[in-house]
Amino acid sequence: MIQNLTSLPILLPMMAGVILLMPPFGKNKNYRRIASVLLSILTFLASVALLLKIQTDGTQVYAIGDWSAPFGIVLFADPLSTLLVSLTSLLGVVCTLYGSAGDDEKGSFFHPLIHFLILGVNGAFLTGDAFNLFVFFEVLLIASYSLLMHGGNKSTTRAALHYVIMNLVGSAIFLIGLGILYGVLGTLNMADMAQKVALLQGDDVYLAKIGGLLLLVVFALKGALLPLHLWLPNTYATAMPVVAALFAIMTKVGVYSMMRVYTLIFGDEAGELSHMAQSWLWWLALATIAMGTIGVLASKDLRKLAANLVIVSVGTLVALIAVQTIEASSAAIYYLVHSTLVTAALFILADLIGRQRGEVADRITAGPPMAQPRLLGICFMIAAIAVIGMPPLSGFIGKVWLLKATLHAEYTVVFWPLYLLASLAILLAVSKAGSTIFWHHQVSLIEGEVSQSPNKIRVHPAQLAALIILIAAAPLMTIFAGPLSEYAIGAATQLHDFNNNIKIILSGGQ
Amino acid sequence: MELLYASCVGVLVSCGVFLILRSRTFPVVLGLTMFSYAVNLFLFSSGRLSLNQAAVLGTSTEYADPLPQALVLTAIVIGFAMTAFVVILSIRGRADLGNDHVDGQVPIKKKKKNKKVEV
Repeated sequence: MIQNLTSLPILLPMMAGVILLMPPFGKNKNYRRIASVLLSILTFLASVALLLKIQTDGTQVYAIGDWSAPFGIVLFADPLSTLLVSLTSLLGVVCTLYGSAGDDEKGSFFHPLIHFLILGVNGAFLTGDAFNLFVFFEVLLIASYSLLMHGGNKSTTRAALHYVIMNLVGSAIFLIGLGILYGVLGTLNMADMAQKVALLQGDDVYLAKIGGLLLLVVFALKGALLPLHLWLPNTYATAMPVVAALFAIMTKVGVYSMMRVYTLIFGDEAGELSHMAQSWLWWLALATIAMGTIGVLASKDLRKLAANLVIVSVGTLVALIAVQTIEASSAAIYYLVHSTLVTAALFILADLIGRQRGEVADRITAGPPMAQPRLLGICFMIAAIAVIGMPPLSGFIGKVWLLKATLHAEYTVVFWPLYLLASLAILLAVSKAGSTIFWHHQVSLIEGEVSQSPNKIRVHPAQLAALIILIAAAPLMTIFAGPLSEYAIGAATQLHDFNNNIKIILSGGQ
Repeated sequence: MELLYASCVGVLVSCGVFLILRSRTFPVVLGLTMFSYAVNLFLFSSGRLSLNQAAVLGTSTEYADPLPQALVLTAIVIGFAMTAFVVILSIRGRADLGNDHVDGQVPIKKKKKNKKVEV
């Protein structure tokens, strides 16, 4: 059991998905809900166990079927991937819990699909094989297609059509890129690829460059980097908010893949091809931040606002990846965890606020008062402070750290003003949204009195628990900022430690 | 053989891209299918094209690379599933949105032009 721990974050959600389809869980919704939440907690515990294990024993490599690298597929649990796996599993717990309050009955197979999505995301984080990465991308995509359609209406169908077509083209390009790289390098194991890239000569260098940049296109599409970000706001805003909260981790899969591929395979040691994506990434990231901020300012409802904040966070992360120093990477890791949790919290809050405001839903206009303005208001304020990056919450630490990390970068003159202006714009947009929603009430025309709350829908205990887990993350990430930042620095150091990574992966877990 | 193979892939890709850029869901689905055929052929060729070479040990003097074949098999299976999904999704889109335009509504200008051409 202990030596198979690395594979458990992938195997457990897979088994959970299958178990939840079978009787008695397939028929009885109460059994299904309880089992689903318990199984997602189990996955989370397995991820945390893996996290503790790699802190004592170092990076774990698991050769699937005992086929040693580079011939077989290896799972590769270094501090970075394990942290992200734990983050995904935590989001899984939150989403199954939140869905159990009633959202899971709006369509079929909500719980199994959530577990399959977690399987795909965890697999994509853990795998050390480029083709296996493609397979896990497809697993998470097909689960996300179905989840997107869950409980949907006309606008969901339209958004889903765009999303699916975009991603199918993306998958095809991914395969072309992999085909070129395999044709040139003769291997798909990431560590082995990294070794072979340095030895390339003549025309093969350009072929590998084409392959590598095609992969960049795919990761940019998944991560919603400009100009491939147009699918994201509509998709995330029309999906059910609980699903959108889980989707918050999906753009990070693209970002993580960029981190892995362009520091390990095309990193410092790649000879002619080292840092080939950097010049592209940097400007695209800046443009993404700018476009995302404009989107935030233009958002008419809370879910669109949260979706555009996801784009801003992707732009920020990619800018940090483009710097390619240990400090920038560690800031990126901290910011990644923070932004995922806080955007997920915003999606869920948008849903809860929308439910209590009747027909106005989550549009940023004056509306009827909510049934529980204090609870939701305090939660919204915490999430808003964290997402804007004001002291004292986790967003501030992340922001200071990333500004410090980019201080000596090549284009600081452009990045700092742009990023700070973007923060100011986000501050304006989010505070305007908050004050409009919580303080401006519709005044009935005849009596001039504040109209009553249209319905007495209150927050379900399961929803509240899910919300509290996410909201508590921001203060907790501040209180435990010391250990967390140490962990992030350790993870980034290991990410950039080329020779050690190669040695560990190719030893095949022996 | 290389020329024939390469032009097959190239023609399929260009047809696929052309069809994907159309505005109705049916051509788009056809385009995606063609594109995925082209990708499968391309992936297959990444292990180099060769004749009379087995992928199993002990059956011929020279061996073909078995890995691209395994990759293509995986890609075909995934491609099938994804195509099936997008077909169902477009049918649902046709039912939900009332037309088969990818944006869910037909631009009015274009409709008039088409009518004139038909007349």
